[in-house]
Amino acid sequence: MTKVAMTLNGKKVQADVEDRTLLVHYIREAQGLTGTHVGCDTSQCGACVVHVNGKAVKSCSMLAAQAADAEVVTVEGLAKGGDLHPVQAAFREHHGLQCGFCTPGMIMTAVDMINRYGGNLDEKTIRHELEGNICRCTGYQNIVKAIKSAADQMSAMKTAAE
Amino acid sequence: MGVEGIGARALRKEDKRFITGKGRYTDDIVLPRMGYAAFVRSPHAHAKVVSIDARAALEMPGVDAVLTGDQLVADGIGNIICGWMIHSKDGSPMNMGAWRALEPEIVRHVGQAVAVVIADSQGEAKDAADAVVVEYEELPAVVDPIAAMADGAPQLHPEAANNLIFDWDIGDEAAVNAAFEQAAHVTKMEVHNNRLVPNAMEPRAAVADYNEAEEHHTLYTTSQNPHVARLVLSAFYNIAPEHKLRVIAPDVGGGFGSKIYIYPEEMVCLWASKRVGRPVKWVCDRTEAFLTDAHGRDHRSEAELALDADNKIIAFRVKTVANLGAYMSLFSSSVPTYLYATLLSGQYDIPAIHCNVKTVYTNTTPVDAYRGAGRPEATYLVERIMETAAREVGLSPADFRRKNFIRSFPHQTPVIMCYDAGDYDATLDAALKAIDYDGFAARKAEAASRGKLRGIGMSCYIEACGIAPSAAVGSLGAGVGLWESAEVRVNPVGTIEVLTGAHSHGQGHETTFAQLISERFGLDTDAVSIVHGDTDKVQFGMGTYGSRSGAVGMSAVVKALDKVEEKAKKIAAHLMEAAEGDIQIEGGELKVAGTDKKLTFTEVALAAYTAHNLPEGMEPGLKEGAFYDPTNFTFPSGTYICEVEVDPETGKTAIISFVAADDFGNIINPMIVEGQVHGGLTQGIGQALLENAAYDENGQLITASYMDYCMPRADDVPSYQLSTHVTECPGNPLGMKGCGEAGAIGSPPAVINAITDAINNNDLTMPATPEQVWQLCQGSMKMAAE
Amino acid sequence: MYETNYHRAGTLDEAASLFSKSDDPKFLSGGQTLIATMKQRLAAPSDLIDLGHVPEMHGICEDGDAIAIGATTTHSEVAASELVRSKIPGLAKLANGIGDPAVRHMGTIGGSVANNDPAADYPSALVALGATVSTNKRSLPAEDFFTGMFDTALEEDEIIVSVTFPVVEKSAYAKYPNPASRYAMAGVFVAKHKDGSVKVAVTGAGQDGVFRVAAMESALSSNWSADAVADISVSADDMMADIHGSAAYRANLVTVMAKRALEAAG
Repeated sequence: MTKVAMTLNGKKVQADVEDRTLLVHYIREAQGLTGTHVGCDTSQCGACVVHVNGKAVKSCSMLAAQAADAEVVTVEGLAKGGDLHPVQAAFREHHGLQCGFCTPGMIMTAVDMINRYGGNLDEKTIRHELEGNICRCTGYQNIVKAIKSAADQMSAMKTAAE
Repeated sequence: MGVEGIGARALRKEDKRFITGKGRYTDDIVLPRMGYAAFVRSPHAHAKVVSIDARAALEMPGVDAVLTGDQLVADGIGNIICGWMIHSKDGSPMNMGAWRALEPEIVRHVGQAVAVVIADSQGEAKDAADAVVVEYEELPAVVDPIAAMADGAPQLHPEAANNLIFDWDIGDEAAVNAAFEQAAHVTKMEVHNNRLVPNAMEPRAAVADYNEAEEHHTLYTTSQNPHVARLVLSAFYNIAPEHKLRVIAPDVGGGFGSKIYIYPEEMVCLWASKRVGRPVKWVCDRTEAFLTDAHGRDHRSEAELALDADNKIIAFRVKTVANLGAYMSLFSSSVPTYLYATLLSGQYDIPAIHCNVKTVYTNTTPVDAYRGAGRPEATYLVERIMETAAREVGLSPADFRRKNFIRSFPHQTPVIMCYDAGDYDATLDAALKAIDYDGFAARKAEAASRGKLRGIGMSCYIEACGIAPSAAVGSLGAGVGLWESAEVRVNPVGTIEVLTGAHSHGQGHETTFAQLISERFGLDTDAVSIVHGDTDKVQFGMGTYGSRSGAVGMSAVVKALDKVEEKAKKIAAHLMEAAEGDIQIEGGELKVAGTDKKLTFTEVALAAYTAHNLPEGMEPGLKEGAFYDPTNFTFPSGTYICEVEVDPETGKTAIISFVAADDFGNIINPMIVEGQVHGGLTQGIGQALLENAAYDENGQLITASYMDYCMPRADDVPSYQLSTHVTECPGNPLGMKGCGEAGAIGSPPAVINAITDAINNNDLTMPATPEQVWQLCQGSMKMAAE
Repeated sequence: MYETNYHRAGTLDEAASLFSKSDDPKFLSGGQTLIATMKQRLAAPSDLIDLGHVPEMHGICEDGDAIAIGATTTHSEVAASELVRSKIPGLAKLANGIGDPAVRHMGTIGGSVANNDPAADYPSALVALGATVSTNKRSLPAEDFFTGMFDTALEEDEIIVSVTFPVVEKSAYAKYPNPASRYAMAGVFVAKHKDGSVKVAVTGAGQDGVFRVAAMESALSSNWSADAVADISVSADDMMADIHGSAAYRANLVTVMAKRALEAAG
């Protein structure tokens, strides 16, 4: 057992966990945030994507101990106050989810994608960037639409702010 | 949200919890003192269980118990059943072998559980499961269903000689034979419908909690039909009587059929919770899901289509062997029979059809209904042979289909179904226009200039949804009725709860069912809650599968709403001293026609519950229930056209465009319907291009993870162009047909027909892997050179 | 996953010392292969020594006419590096195609090279570019470093510190991914060196891991074009075969990907 401390959604947290504990299990079980999901064993489905130090990673492919002292953000940490993150709002607006199980990972991947590309996201790029996220319900079309819409909106907001 | 009635693109009420990470799935449930289950599974496809030695495992930290099949059988837990009786053509009942939740004697597929470990943590349970020593005596295995029927093949069950489960017929064989003798042209082909793994993104899970003082079990589980689960667990598996068993299916992350069934693991958790005296949780990992979730499809068929001199179809003859795997899963027998052979008429007027189906045991994971269930297999067969016949006789694929379309309704096919409504020309026309069929030749030439092979293919599908009437399916062997229930509870403050036996695992019932109420009473959808998925809250219901929640589940809601409306109008008429017939409901108010007298819905609801002034003899309250048993299947139909480009150097197929023109009858929420079609099409394209559950000759599943089983990703599929054409379904009050499975049913033949067109070689089988297509291109190029 | 003991090393020396004190240790870099393998219970190291916080193992810098990439530099860092993109575009392209974005944020060049998965992308770049692998003990040319499928010249306790790539005149990488796993079924890296020599290295296809194609190299030395390799094929006898592709198909892909890499290289 090791004490693993990190900043989770802006809050300092810690827990004693076995060294083999994956980050996803630390988040779900030790910290009780169950929005991050496990959908496969081979790090392909992306249901577990969270941000570690600002970058999207698969929390099923990383030990909690590797993320010790890091800043970790999960889907629960995106909305500010009562306001949905633009990507969350866009997923709803464009029906980018059905069963909701892959959704947290999709949203975290989308936020990361928009962070890197800004408004320069076209359909082809979005589809390619979703290579590590599997959805069985939506056929991806509305996910792609939602990400494109959020990217455009966020880049417009950024431009307006500048 | 506002008033959002039938036809509104209402955004989903359920979304907020999912996009903020507040969904509550079974794996999110944690109970005090909970233990974790890990299963000990067979590494062999076929073997005798000689001994199970749990001594080392029991010594490991955190381990509470190791339970085996002998204990399960001794405790009187029943065998897993198939709930649809099929009789062979000789009248004998199907040959069902015994299936135990933990197998004490002979394992019949890789991954079958022989023991379970209960421990304090998941890690400890898995560590201990590794330490359980099972001695097996390997037996020869068979995975190919044709080989399994041969004399001398390994035998799976003593009940099924030559592994034959049943040998079943439908249609008039003599009439078909006679028609073939008159045929001007016969098209023949062999078609293999590849085995698939459903792969809902949420793996199955169970949390079982036994309360000793109350002798009461609670099961949280990933189910599409919690009441059916409770019924089966009670009546057949002897877990507990129904009133002592609560089944809760909370948020469920996709089903596609695979979460209809009651699997060994859920049963074992319930049983183990009582045995060990603590709650027990099990969460399936993805590899376990590949090995134990019911698979789909896996048909091998020979088909012959007879045409007259005018290219009209005069008969269709099909022989199918369906691989049901090692055991008969809950609805496995119905899939290759009444959900398959009854659809072999397609959209076409075929005077005579005969189909023989043999179902076979093999040392593979059990096969059952997966999105479409039987109808994709029928559609693939019909639409490939239609395309092939058109090419053989030199007609355009559209013209040949049109020549044979059914155009008057009702239409009785020779294989049970009576189609109630449709307009097949309309959807074909819409699809041809949407894809600019006439411009294809130019696009093909342009692609050729880039070294690419362009092809176009279509599929005109029909399916049967909703599933029922109960008496009819009962006469065909179903063990349950296929109606649906609803209860509409108006609260004293005028808000409404709708309790439905249907279950949402992605379909958006919380939104679409609320739209019905919004439409009826002019209420804000926020004033409506949809309650489902809990046997303690909701009256018995049949659950969600077969695209039935709209056509059957909503019809039950409509019936209950009729009763609520009638009573509310009576109360309003009484209160306003008007004639009941003069009361109109509009914008959340009950008005007396032609006057300015009105009461709000809330006022009427409150009056119903204060009961201070009700009509003479009326019971207080405003709550009504209904059961709806459909009068017929519903028949969604449509045309899909796919345009592909094949890279002959690598064999890779790119889908350039895909158009879908569907007739789902009336639509409650077009946004949600489009989502269903997008998802269905992607699963169908997955089947056509990517997905395949492959076994080696020893019965090892080679594609047991996403490293080898190819799931469709965002960059494998295009953006689809959708349209709908409405012919109302006359069989239910909303005129709905259902939309959940159409995409998966209609799309595979469109894709394959497009590729065979592109490469000018019809010898293609699903999935059309790059290597296979490349090999065929090599052959075609060689032939061209010769 | 079996239980293990996690250690975070702050320096190379500390990493080596932690290693020597453990029973059956393994070095952990990005963990994108190792953690997955441990989850499947196919590896059970007693101790994991995390190299992700050793400063001298991280970063990208110009080193004369070469680029040195620290072993714990992630694929996304290599892909995004202006230096790599301008000087060895094929390498940046390769890094940008490994796994998926989340994997690229964690996976490292050192981890990939040390694992030498026959379907990994990096080995082809190291061989074609004539890279040098520097460890805490020595420096090795790439071709001496890779010794076969999942096999390298690394000693048990040896740590890759950096990989140095000479800047070449032209470079490109083309891969045909396994449709399911997205690993390379055939990945071809072509490099035209400043001395005029050409190297063509193939990953994903060969039975013994990365290999060079001498016939293509000599054809390209005199004619740097896709046409020059269009009719050169490798022997199917040496290719891997599995459910995703036969040896003959992989052999075909090698030629096709070589052509496409050359088209991209210009």
